[in-house]
Amino acid sequence: MTDQSKTPGFYEKRKAVFPKQVDGPFRRFKWVVMAVTLAIYWGTPWIRWDRGPHAPDQAVLVDLANRRFYMFSIEIWPQEFYYIAGLLIMAGIGLFLVTSAVGRAWCGYACPQTVWTDLFQHVERFLDGDRNAQMKLERAPWTLGKLWKRLRKWAVWLGISFLTGGAWIFYFADAPTLQHDFWTGQAHFVAYATTFLLMMTTFILGGFMREQVCIYMCPWPRIQSAMLDEKSLIVTYKHWRGEPRSHGKKRAEEEGEAFGDCIDCLQCVQVCPTGIDIREGPQIGCITCALCIDACDKVMAQIGRPRGLIDYATELDCEKEMRGETPTPVLRTLFRPRTLVYFGIWAGIGLAMLLALGNRTRIALSADADRNPEYVRLSDGAIRNAYLIKLSNMESRPRAMQVTLDGLPGGLMWAEGGTRDQAARTIRFDVSPDQVRKERVYVVAPASGAAREDFSFTLHAIDSPEESAQDEDSFVRPEAGK
Amino acid sequence: MAENKRIDQATGTQTVGHEWDGIEELDTPMPRWWLWTFYASIVFSIGYVIVYPAFPLIHDSSKGLWNWSSRGALEKEIAADAARKAPILSAIAATPIEQLPARPDLMRAAVQGGAAAFRVHCVQCHGSGAAGSKGYPNLNDDDWLWGGDLKAIEYTITYGARNPDVAETHAGMMPAFIRDQMLSPAQVQDAISHVRVISGQEKPSASARRGAQVFADNCAACHGADGKGLRQFGAPNLTDGIWLFGGDRAALQETVGGGRQGVMPAWGHRLDPVTIKMLAAYVHGLGGGEATPAPDAATQTAEATPQGTPATPTTQ
Repeated sequence: MTDQSKTPGFYEKRKAVFPKQVDGPFRRFKWVVMAVTLAIYWGTPWIRWDRGPHAPDQAVLVDLANRRFYMFSIEIWPQEFYYIAGLLIMAGIGLFLVTSAVGRAWCGYACPQTVWTDLFQHVERFLDGDRNAQMKLERAPWTLGKLWKRLRKWAVWLGISFLTGGAWIFYFADAPTLQHDFWTGQAHFVAYATTFLLMMTTFILGGFMREQVCIYMCPWPRIQSAMLDEKSLIVTYKHWRGEPRSHGKKRAEEEGEAFGDCIDCLQCVQVCPTGIDIREGPQIGCITCALCIDACDKVMAQIGRPRGLIDYATELDCEKEMRGETPTPVLRTLFRPRTLVYFGIWAGIGLAMLLALGNRTRIALSADADRNPEYVRLSDGAIRNAYLIKLSNMESRPRAMQVTLDGLPGGLMWAEGGTRDQAARTIRFDVSPDQVRKERVYVVAPASGAAREDFSFTLHAIDSPEESAQDEDSFVRPEAGK
Repeated sequence: MAENKRIDQATGTQTVGHEWDGIEELDTPMPRWWLWTFYASIVFSIGYVIVYPAFPLIHDSSKGLWNWSSRGALEKEIAADAARKAPILSAIAATPIEQLPARPDLMRAAVQGGAAAFRVHCVQCHGSGAAGSKGYPNLNDDDWLWGGDLKAIEYTITYGARNPDVAETHAGMMPAFIRDQMLSPAQVQDAISHVRVISGQEKPSASARRGAQVFADNCAACHGADGKGLRQFGAPNLTDGIWLFGGDRAALQETVGGGRQGVMPAWGHRLDPVTIKMLAAYVHGLGGGEATPAPDAATQTAEATPQGTPATPTTQ
């Protein structure tokens, strides 16, 4: 039988991780990314953008109630959702691009889980001290002092979490108004519920789950692992240089043993926010935050060895280095066909969307013919069809528009509520800003003609006639003999 | 099998102990928090079972502490909807139907309510698109037997047509000229020729010229000397393009020879006045509704105000 003490159980307790403070270029880069991403997250809803009196003045606003999406000078209607789809595709391709070039950089620097966990860990270090102090506190019995320290930490975490959840709702309503309503208890229940929900998920995921999210919950590590190739820059321990590990050069020299650069100081393990040992090779737990590079470089400097025992390197370069060849220059690695193709697709979609956005008409027309009954014979023998037409004014100012019958000789139309003696080839409608106007329109035409005659409704903006939209339809008559 | 369990060297994880053609499976331990989440969902389900209906019993199911039922939830929604509509309905009830168009909000609500009621009470005869069929008028067109303004439509829905149980019902019928031996078949053929000439379906002929006299003697009393009909008797306009029972010779012979007495039920004692008002608004809005005649314009010609009131002494 196997030794039960060595057999892992069905379930595994989370091993607490107490990452040590580290400084270095990558750490400083992480600080910058954190500051920028958090500033974007918290600041964006407060940017104002004047759109005139008929539209909200918030630069970025997802107006779910009115089904409008505002982003600076761009306004997107639900039927234009493909722009959002395009943006998501760009985000996807962008991730392919970044991953194939520099590995899981998203995980390591920009992912909200990483940013907030990092923020929480700084709070932890600020309040409870660095790794060793934290471990000591963890092991200590539950005294009043420990309870106070824990409550203090959780309170700060909850504060950050509250601000995180609270900021989210500002993207969906006018931020200053909502803030006022929020504090005076007048906001919608959904606002409070969303804030609470996101506050608790931030608190739990950032404070307690941390790397468990990356290892067990998130699909991206798997997908990104599949997108890496032998030319992707990933955080690598150069084992041919480090092994065999020594616990002191002098002693190893004295004993005449072979030794590598790794002195097994465990600094790389101690700074790791996911608690892995990078020296075991690439693994799912590695979010490539490169803090181990910072830690190891420091040690290498202290023992007088060149930096980069742990470094961003490609698998191919590692093999080259092992054989003693010079590795490929970083630029050659970054600008290789695969990344260039990704970049091409990414930029192509972006340019196409920009062009489409620049050229889109801000008026639209759709006409649906009544199907029951398809036609009505009038007392003078003429045939009447009815259509539901929808006129969209996608600009935030009132506009006058004109609908014209295009084709259908002898055809005349009038809007519901009017009478047949007002019938004409064109009807003028005023459409309120940012609105769709629905109108039932009767079209009457002589009984002689094809059983199904194609024609179209054409829409023109009166203030700029070159702006137009068209919808094809057909006029139905009773078949001969009926 | 269990004896084959071993620790995998590369991962340090135990295998499940079975091998498929050399492929083994790792028995990676689940994170403990996952287990706690599982327990928490069990606890939640206990609460759910206590609070909501859960266990099937012989005739029913357990009620749950909150006494929730999908039927009850629906009833609540219906009651809330009725409460929401109540002020609109009472406003419609308080507004005379000819004044509804002046209140666009009420008119819109009435048309919507009427559409719903139409689907329940009227589609059986008039069809779901209100296009009718042979013998059942098309309500979309601009031809009205008994008047097409809001008030006239409301009256027709309330009292019906040729309804023996209601005194106020629209009366007037097409006699069976052949069956009751009022005219000979030849005379009827001539009258039909005349009708088909004045409705533009045939060219003038000797038969039609003879028929003009037959028409003047037998038909003009109701249909008018010019054949344009008279709404007082529900007598249709014979010069237009709309034929309730068909305008070809065979159909006309059947109509003139055997008579027609299409019946419209009276809804006054089945539906409440608000529903009838809403139905009238809906039917009026189908495309052929006529404007309410101004009260002082009652003496205008029948052409301009085709209204049920016999203001035009042109019948004889």
